[in-house]
Amino acid sequence: MRQSWWKIVCVALLAYTLIGGMLLPVPRLFILNETIRNLYFHVPMWFAMVILFAVSFWYAIKYLRSGKMEDDIYSVQFANVGILFSVLGMLTGMEWATYTWDGGPWTGDPKQLCAALCMLIYFAYLVLRAGIKDEEKRANISAVMNIFAFALMIPLIFVIPRMVSSLHPGGSGNPAFSKYDLDSDMRMVFYPAIIAWILLSVWITSLCIRLNLIKYKKDNSFRFELEEKIAAKSKA
Amino acid sequence: MEWRQKHTLFGVLLYVGSTVFVIYMMNGQPVDKVWNALFWLTQLFVAVNAVAKSFLQESVSRFRYYYSIVKPQTFMLAKMIYSLVLQTFMTLVSLILFWIMLGDPITQNGLFACVALLGGVSLALVFTFISAIAARANQNTGMMAIIGFPLVTPVLMILGNLALKAIAPVYQPGWWTLAGVLALFDGLVVVLSVILFPFLWKE
Repeated sequence: MRQSWWKIVCVALLAYTLIGGMLLPVPRLFILNETIRNLYFHVPMWFAMVILFAVSFWYAIKYLRSGKMEDDIYSVQFANVGILFSVLGMLTGMEWATYTWDGGPWTGDPKQLCAALCMLIYFAYLVLRAGIKDEEKRANISAVMNIFAFALMIPLIFVIPRMVSSLHPGGSGNPAFSKYDLDSDMRMVFYPAIIAWILLSVWITSLCIRLNLIKYKKDNSFRFELEEKIAAKSKA
Repeated sequence: MEWRQKHTLFGVLLYVGSTVFVIYMMNGQPVDKVWNALFWLTQLFVAVNAVAKSFLQESVSRFRYYYSIVKPQTFMLAKMIYSLVLQTFMTLVSLILFWIMLGDPITQNGLFACVALLGGVSLALVFTFISAIAARANQNTGMMAIIGFPLVTPVLMILGNLALKAIAPVYQPGWWTLAGVLALFDGLVVVLSVILFPFLWKE
């Protein structure tokens, strides 16, 4: 994770997304017009969020099996950055909706509602964590809550939106894609954009994780030293 | 074992009665859609008051005692079954009270009763699990509201839509799929809580 090549790739792709996303030609469609460029920013946010939550879920299971505080730190930081990206995705989506759905930022669309509920569940996870003092207990309970939240996120984001009609692009069926993604000019920017935003999210998370690992080690340095001494004594 | 706390049961019964009475005093007999919404809101608050207490009222030492005699999975299932029965009973009581006090907008009685029972079951299951989490987190009722409301909002939305069919003869295309989603959700909650509860119980 400490290698630098993927960070360089990330910055290059992000620059390409920003410049290309703003300047390259897009198809002119009724109502959408230039707002279609939001595809390069709004959609990848949700991609990144789903991936971060999935990794967080994975580490939550790992924590419950191993009981190591490191796994808990990984899980929480992935969830944190996932929440950040969900907020960004929601904001970009709302701004886009203001200009295309003609009803202000909030129209009570089923997909918007499901995404908002999913965010609320993860906010509840954060509040739950903040409410518990004891470290191990906190890690335990929040891992359980994390698994529960992820299990609820899957139907909220992937199942229910496919069953109800909505204003959101993609119409009935797949929640995000539709014919106009198939324009080859747009794909040239869209796929790099997804990779770029996912890389950025992982980068942010890895920084947060490293920071928190250092904090954890510093806070518990006394205990670690003690354990080492005991281990050395038992050897001797 | 829950019969020891009879006063809470009667307390909740009184709570249901007075809620319905207050609604009646303030609103008279509401129109169909409002009736539906009020019914499910009452259900939500009954669930918070009755079911959610199941873990919060137990003292720590009694938990240890249970822990020594039964497996955590058995304990969780027992709690769920108890809260299921309780919530079903409360649902029936409040349904009868609603009929008496607030009028009868329901056209298909059997269907509405089924939906109400399904709703009672779902709320009971979700709140049992949430109360298990909240009980571990410093026995805090406020915590339960915070975790609980985002979780039950989709459940209540689905229930409201399901119940509308029994009230107004509107055509609803995806009725059975919605009911299926709710049933799947219940199953998911039961499976998850049986799997995860042992981890919550570890001291």
